[in-house]
Amino acid sequence: MWKTIKRWYHQLGSPRYFYGFCNAVLPWLVPIALVVLVVGLAWGLAWAPVERYQGDSYRIIYIHVPASSGALMGYIAMGVAGLVALVWRMKMAEVMLKALAPFGAVLAAVSLITGALWGKPTWGTYWQWDARMTSMLILLFLYLGIIALQSAIRDPRQAARAASLLAVVGVINVVIVKYSVEWLQTLHQGATLKMVGESSINDAMKYPLLISMLGLWLLYAANVLIRARAEVLSRERRSGWVRKLVAPGDGKGGR
Amino acid sequence: MNPVRKQRLMVVLAILVGLAIAVGLAVYALRQNINLFYTPQQVVSGEAPVGTKMRVGGLVEEGSVRRDPQTLDVTFAVTDGKGTFDIHYQGILPDLFREGQGVVANGTLVSRDRFEADEVLAKHDETYMPPEVQDALEKAGHPGNAGKTGQNGEAGSYGGQYGDP
Repeated sequence: MWKTIKRWYHQLGSPRYFYGFCNAVLPWLVPIALVVLVVGLAWGLAWAPVERYQGDSYRIIYIHVPASSGALMGYIAMGVAGLVALVWRMKMAEVMLKALAPFGAVLAAVSLITGALWGKPTWGTYWQWDARMTSMLILLFLYLGIIALQSAIRDPRQAARAASLLAVVGVINVVIVKYSVEWLQTLHQGATLKMVGESSINDAMKYPLLISMLGLWLLYAANVLIRARAEVLSRERRSGWVRKLVAPGDGKGGR
Repeated sequence: MNPVRKQRLMVVLAILVGLAIAVGLAVYALRQNINLFYTPQQVVSGEAPVGTKMRVGGLVEEGSVRRDPQTLDVTFAVTDGKGTFDIHYQGILPDLFREGQGVVANGTLVSRDRFEADEVLAKHDETYMPPEVQDALEKAGHPGNAGKTGQNGEAGSYGGQYGDP
């Protein structure tokens, strides 16, 4: 088991192998992600039963919760990639760090916007400076900060080191987002889906939610692979295998 | 692991742990400001200042809502089991406002047991269930209004357990 993980780590750490891996996985991953997401959303938005107090307005949960969970998990993944990039100086970790940021930032923004739209009819307000909402806004700013930091420094390796540190340190905020509703008095309610124990949502509403979440996570993964593949090609543009790929037949490479 | 990497790992982890402790202490020290509202217990015990603008939150006590038939005036009691006080509000309450559910009110504490609200927000719990399931629960003698038990505690462990009626 450990050996397999170690072999994967070394194989996927090689840009050339990673490029091949993306090409093999993506033609399957993209359609599967889209189908799962469409099934989950259609089931949730059209067929799931109405809620006893909120009526139909609760249905925005099928966008809000997948987006929020995706933004949080994406940030944790960036923190792990940042740690590997800082300690082991692994190039692919730097590439992953860069590839994870844009979609995660979009999901954090979607989470905030859908949360505001949901808050108005249920709570009676678009926004309160509540610990959960404020920490989620900080998460969006961290994403934007990482993107800005990466594009502000020209040398990709220097840029990755600066962004890695921000990504690792920012993981503290993910912990605050997750536990703010338990540790502090907030307008936002506690977690509905629980890792352990019974979730406090009816099964007929829960399954489409879980399917929507899975679909969006797969779509995020596909987006990360597409971005990482492009980044690998750009970083390795001077290496032999990329030259051969771009200009086959010409041994010395194009131009 | 080679010593250079080990050292780098230690430095990164030390930065992370140090910052986590610093943030933790800051949140702990500022929690009264970070908490969105005062609980009824804090209001009754005197922790909440009288006469300043602030937010309070709690569960609307069952049977305590009194509406003035002529105007939009409404008075209700909020409680957290450890303290109870009255909130007076003039205006339209949010759709989710109901007895047994949580509210957050923005306004002024006039005295230890009376709060004048400028704005009332509904705080909903984390339970989601279809109306038919709630009807079935009520028929079976369960308290259908799961929010009654509290905001974060055992509130609404009903959903899912019973499935479709």
